[in-house]
Amino acid sequence: MTNSSLLAFIVLLPFASSLFLGILYLLFQNKIKELTYSIFGIGSVLTSSILTLYIATDFFQNENLNHLSYVAYEWLHIENFIINVGFFADKLSIVMISFITVIGTLIHIYAAGYMHKDEGFGKFFAFFNLFMGSMLLLVLGDNPIMLFIGWEGVGLCSYLLISYYHKDAQNVKAGNKAFILNRIGDFGFLIGMLLLFLYAGTNGFSYGALEANIASVSPTVLTSIALLLFVGAMGKSAQIPLYVWLPDAMAGPTPVSALIHAATMVTAGVYMVARFAFIYNLTPEVGIFIAYIGAFSALLAALIAAHQDDIKKILAYSTMSQLGYMFVAAGLGLYSGAIFHVFTHAFFKALLFMGAGVLIVAMHHKQNIFELRMHRSLLPITFVTMLIATLAISGVPPFAGFFSKDAIMAQAFASGQYGIWLITTFTALLTAYYMFRLFFTVFFGNRNIHLHEIKQSMQLPLIILAVGAAFAGFLNIPHFLGGDIQFSHWIAIADRAEHLSVTTEWILTLVNVTLGAVGILFAWKNFAYNPMPSDQSVINVVFMRKFYVDELYELLFVKNIRRLSYLFSTLIDVKLISEFIRAASAGYYKLGILTGQVQNGNVRFYALYMTLGVIGMSIYLLEFVK
Amino acid sequence: MIFVTDYMILAVLLFSIGIVGVVSRRNIIVLYMSIELMLNAINLIFVALSRQYEQLDTQVAALMIIAIAAAEAALFLAVMVLLFRNRRSLDANVFNLLRQKEATSND
Repeated sequence: MTNSSLLAFIVLLPFASSLFLGILYLLFQNKIKELTYSIFGIGSVLTSSILTLYIATDFFQNENLNHLSYVAYEWLHIENFIINVGFFADKLSIVMISFITVIGTLIHIYAAGYMHKDEGFGKFFAFFNLFMGSMLLLVLGDNPIMLFIGWEGVGLCSYLLISYYHKDAQNVKAGNKAFILNRIGDFGFLIGMLLLFLYAGTNGFSYGALEANIASVSPTVLTSIALLLFVGAMGKSAQIPLYVWLPDAMAGPTPVSALIHAATMVTAGVYMVARFAFIYNLTPEVGIFIAYIGAFSALLAALIAAHQDDIKKILAYSTMSQLGYMFVAAGLGLYSGAIFHVFTHAFFKALLFMGAGVLIVAMHHKQNIFELRMHRSLLPITFVTMLIATLAISGVPPFAGFFSKDAIMAQAFASGQYGIWLITTFTALLTAYYMFRLFFTVFFGNRNIHLHEIKQSMQLPLIILAVGAAFAGFLNIPHFLGGDIQFSHWIAIADRAEHLSVTTEWILTLVNVTLGAVGILFAWKNFAYNPMPSDQSVINVVFMRKFYVDELYELLFVKNIRRLSYLFSTLIDVKLISEFIRAASAGYYKLGILTGQVQNGNVRFYALYMTLGVIGMSIYLLEFVK
Repeated sequence: MIFVTDYMILAVLLFSIGIVGVVSRRNIIVLYMSIELMLNAINLIFVALSRQYEQLDTQVAALMIIAIAAAEAALFLAVMVLLFRNRRSLDANVFNLLRQKEATSND
């Protein structure tokens, strides 16, 4: 039996190391070696992942072990309302923290190479560890409050890391954008949480207590709770309409994109929906809404991605697209499928970003795929590993993405949501197209150019991740392929899985694979030999400018809010509030001067006051006291 | 016939003159004399009441006041000498060290 206090250590180690690195950096900056920073930065996360795997093996070996919980101390206690600082791990959390810590460790190692000779090396690792700590807290907290602290923590870290190159105002703006849009989502999330507390929090606020109470909540309230919580997920997981921050977030260093905007933080929304499966199972109509949001996000992102030239932007939109798939699954009740896609996606998307990082460093910080074009023999490891990742995301069997994505589309078909099924299937075609557009454009050139040196620490993680991207899918082989969806059984969330006949499943799969192949062929035809950026026809420009959504938001919200702020700063603040406070202080001052006149130092006047006092008292005694 | 109330009226008059003296005069010696006047007004009341009720208790109080006033006079005169040496003046308005200082503007 595992000691459940290990859970606390998993969360605490990155936090402690972040604090330590922060102090170290403030004291010494670049005067100590990068190696010192790396040892602590990577070491803490590595230890966390070892602890995680240790706990995970316990869950594997012991069938009866369903959850571990550890209460560190009582944080709040107001009558019946108790909030513990406690950690809780069931199989869902174990899956999440397993890939978070393992992939996190790999990205840390990679970052040590990528950030080599950066002046803020120590600061970067302090932020990185803080992020890991927050993410682990989000997953391991035993009540929604703890989840929310982690939720805000990752939001903060994403702000810090996106605007890491803060000397460029554009990057700071991107960081602000991410933070503010996340805050909008968090606002909904917070209200949802309060409602949850008001209506279901009578017996405590841990997940278990909430689940036990949820049946007593009226359906209308439950629907609003489910919707409001999902608003938070929209912000964090970059879904329509709060997705605009994700592409801009690529302003951060590439390891940041790999860690935060691909593998971990953006999946927090999916995790949250799966965690609150007991709510979403009672509100299937909200689920349908979520699924549609997911499907449209997937389609929109894929359409935009197919017309971008910046390698990181393409990957950012593909992340958003894949997140859409996850929400389709979560909305339609296939939570295990959603988590499984999160799991496989973490491997191949981290790999893609890290591969892109290698390309960017090798080509002296160019990001346009047409400028990155080179001969594949120049970077053989990157070529092979990125090929595996691209095949995986395109849903080519037997790579990881095939199994996870196929299951989602089958669920959409089986639930009778043919609209969603059509959209996701079409998006799958687009995915294969735009990913191979990137791949062929970059690797099928003939140029032999001098490359910047690539450190070993940047290559090794690619290989490990490639193994995951290739084989992770075998954990959840569906029935019609002779498997037993072990992953879905093991993780044991209350799925609403629908079943299809074997023939239908085969047909759907064949359709998907064929469409994927069509997409790849189409990309091969257009981009393998003589790639050209999209021409400037009207429709392409609309795609390239991301449907002008940024401009629309600017017009609708940003400008109006700016006007309002201007009004407040020039009129209300200066004229009203400042004047009021100034008048109040001047009034007291004048009153003081006035009463001060009495104190004139003349003993005769004091005698007069005394006499007046005595007269006053005498009158009082004579007239009013009977 | 003189009634006890007549003594009372006289005492009140004397006391009021004393107060007016303390409040309105600036010479410290006159101030002191006004204070003595008030003390003696009180003495007069004591004595008149003693006579009215034919009891000697209050006369004792009056004698006590006279004795204390004598001691006080010695002390007061000494203080006045010191005050005069300090400022070359016995104007009560000169001795206003405890007044509010001129207000300094703060905005």
